Amino acid sequence: MRRLGHFERVMVIWLAVSAISMTLAAVFLTPILPPGNGGAEASGQRFDNEVLTLVSILVCALIFVYFGYVLIVFRARRAETMDGPPIRGHARVQLLWIVTTTATVLFLAAFGTYELLGGAGGGQGSKPVFKSFSSDQLVSSKDPPLQVQVIAQQWQFTYRYVSDGGFESAQLVLPIHRQIELHVTSLDVIHSFWIPALGIKADANPGFDNIAYLTPTKVANVRIQCAELCGLFHGYMFDTARIVTPSAYAAFVKSQSQFVSPVTKYLPKYSGNYLPDPAFRAG
Amino acid sequence: MNRPLWRRLLGFHLGTGIVLGIGGFYLGWFGGHWIVNGLSPASLGYFGDTGQNDISLFLGYLLGVVGFLVGLGFANYPLARLRGYPPTLREKEEHQGIGRFFVLNTDHKVVGLQYFGGIGLFFFIAGLNAMLIRFELLRPQPNVWPAGNYLTLVTEHGTMMMGMMTSGILGPFANYLVPLMIGARRMAFPRIEALTFWLLMAAGVILLSGYFYGGIPTGWTGYQPLNDQANMGMDAYIMFFALVGLSMCLLGLNMLATVITMRAPGMTWTRLPMFVWGVISTAVLMLLAPPVLISVLTMSAFDRTIQTGFFVAAQGGTSYLFENLFWFFGHPEVYILALPGFGIVLELLPVFARKPLWGYRLAIAGFLGVSLLSWMVWQHHIFVSGINSDLRPFYMLSTELISIPTGFTFLCAMGTLWRGQIRYRVPMLFCLGWVFNFLFGGLSGIFLSDVPSDVDSHGSFFSMAHFHYTIMGGLIFAFFAGVYYWLPKMTGFMLNERLGKIHFWMMFVAFNSTFGPLFALGFMGMARRDVTYPSNLQGLNDWVSASAFVLGISMLVFLFNLVYSQLFAKEPAGANPWDSKSLEFQLPSPVPVHDFDRIPVIVGDPYGYGEEGSAVARPSPVPVPAGGGA
Repeated sequence: MRRLGHFERVMVIWLAVSAISMTLAAVFLTPILPPGNGGAEASGQRFDNEVLTLVSILVCALIFVYFGYVLIVFRARRAETMDGPPIRGHARVQLLWIVTTTATVLFLAAFGTYELLGGAGGGQGSKPVFKSFSSDQLVSSKDPPLQVQVIAQQWQFTYRYVSDGGFESAQLVLPIHRQIELHVTSLDVIHSFWIPALGIKADANPGFDNIAYLTPTKVANVRIQCAELCGLFHGYMFDTARIVTPSAYAAFVKSQSQFVSPVTKYLPKYSGNYLPDPAFRAG
Repeated sequence: MNRPLWRRLLGFHLGTGIVLGIGGFYLGWFGGHWIVNGLSPASLGYFGDTGQNDISLFLGYLLGVVGFLVGLGFANYPLARLRGYPPTLREKEEHQGIGRFFVLNTDHKVVGLQYFGGIGLFFFIAGLNAMLIRFELLRPQPNVWPAGNYLTLVTEHGTMMMGMMTSGILGPFANYLVPLMIGARRMAFPRIEALTFWLLMAAGVILLSGYFYGGIPTGWTGYQPLNDQANMGMDAYIMFFALVGLSMCLLGLNMLATVITMRAPGMTWTRLPMFVWGVISTAVLMLLAPPVLISVLTMSAFDRTIQTGFFVAAQGGTSYLFENLFWFFGHPEVYILALPGFGIVLELLPVFARKPLWGYRLAIAGFLGVSLLSWMVWQHHIFVSGINSDLRPFYMLSTELISIPTGFTFLCAMGTLWRGQIRYRVPMLFCLGWVFNFLFGGLSGIFLSDVPSDVDSHGSFFSMAHFHYTIMGGLIFAFFAGVYYWLPKMTGFMLNERLGKIHFWMMFVAFNSTFGPLFALGFMGMARRDVTYPSNLQGLNDWVSASAFVLGISMLVFLFNLVYSQLFAKEPAGANPWDSKSLEFQLPSPVPVHDFDRIPVIVGDPYGYGEEGSAVARPSPVPVPAGGGA
């Protein structure tokens, strides 16, 4: 049997290393990847993170194995300077590399686009294009999405329950198994409404209604935080949302709307944004 | 030159520049107060007024910069030309000794070393800010710096690094080496070359003055409308970035003009060293991107001073305008930071693998491809902002396409090492460190370009770790590779090899130990720029802080090496300490003022390792007198 050449050895080691490391990653790493399984969007993002992690491990293994091999085997073994063979390129290897990287990149872009069609949990502006979760068994399709407005200001979030009478509350309470349509806006500077565990992130821009879709699936208390630098107390702009069962949500709506009903009638009429009089502009 | 001291202090140099700069600042400060107070009689009380008066501060900065440049002597030549004196290309190049670094000097080698010192100073200051940030993050609640001071530290660190280090490689190395590599005796526009350096120094001082005007709360992105709301430190940010933009633009113009018009006979495009190709692909971005930055900053300055409403929603403006314009500049800018590093790595690998560069044309295609694609990706910075949700697949695709030309660079590096005679000198170690770090930087970029993943990691420590891997792990490692490789050429003395290896291993391990865990922290939901964080993340944050301090100490090892080997040990480098075939190593170290005794005729590319009788150049048959000619 003939001895393997350098290139074949690199390939064999690479395949072995990738097989081992991808198995290890699939067992130990991918189950703990964020953002977990708290909602349909979060699960989608986690699937993306898993696929990208495994692709990255494949690439990493190739580069590490190649460099490790080359740096050990082709090190200069003598003190005096000797030149290596004058190889200036190899057309077939270059072509192979271009084809492979292009195919990988196109696959990743197509994969990302396909995953995005589910909505992905990002802020999509006032005319969202990707919102279809109707095929998802988690959501009963006859219910219209539950509209909740998130009003950001320095340095807190206020929530307006548009679908339930338009009252405002400082608490975010959401039911599971229902598609929620978050309308995110700001009163002053740019904020970003982020629930890490649910995979929701939407910038709050003044004068703009940014819509993001959310479908929680687990009862939990989750952290909300501002993800866009918004001034002095940005670091303190965090909060907790309660994800509850539909019946608990109904109870919350009943008690809250009664509790705040005296002030609800003084609130401005619901709209996508609330701009102050230009005479009172910041700055 | 036995003139008395007072006579020597008179004249156009840094000292005069500082005096006139301060004078100009107060002239503008007074003038601004005088205007906004309804042209009432000027009062000494304005000196003590630090209240919100953006007009007077902007005027102060503007006139201060003008005074600084006049004091350095930038007005002399235009005025002399107006008075009918003949044109010249050189200024103060005959000066020797330490004094030549503190004047307007048109020698490209002096400007290169000026950049090395000046940018090094600000790199050090910005690095200290990073240490203070990590000091604060030792605990989940604020313990050293209150929230406002913390944000100012974050902003000063980010803005200083992003602004100054854009010229981190082009400033010191391209100014010094591009004329030597293409066989020229000067840059195309020597005075503009000096101007880019002194503009940057004025900008750095202005940014630091932001500490004294209430700090800067926005981070290096300076998003509106927070920018509009912030106090006067913001004016320092705006002025700093505008001056840096101007400096970058002129630097890019100068580089392009030099490479296009001043190549020696025989230096065809396919014989240019890869470093020069890195400079070209960067210079295109440097020339075209900063005008957008300067215009968006001008709009911000108008919003802050004369009450326009470009970014104020209530007056019909929009914050998206700022985000789009800023990132239209900002994404090319991050490639301005990265591409020169690609150039250095591909330039150095053949020298230390003792082989010709593998796939020269593919590498050029890679550089130019990155340069071109970097214009088409900027909205991936605002995937969750709510703008253009149906265009996100396009920006995802264009962003991921950049991996293809970047992959060319990796392939050429891999091919160059294949069957080589690899020598592990310090510059080579830094190049390999670049490969390692940039691999992680690039792969984490795939997560950020994939929209569903980006929704999770955008604005978190994950993206922060990503760009530190590409910029610090890419640019700074390549920068140090360049320092260890070319500084002996510039000064004539080697840097100590053993201290260099200590520096490398300390920096490499501490760098990965600092920024690797930040990926995990980002995945655990830690947002950028927060002075507080969930207390369960404290352990990992403390580990990161401790590593960051070691990273800071590794910079001190480098400083020690620099001082020790250049001022005390003084081990002579000789003309060609690395057995390089590149043109600059055929000159004596340090390079004489006139560069080439005779302009060389180029007969090959500088990568002919292992090829019989290969040479990069032979002397010109036509004698050109030393110090003369173009």
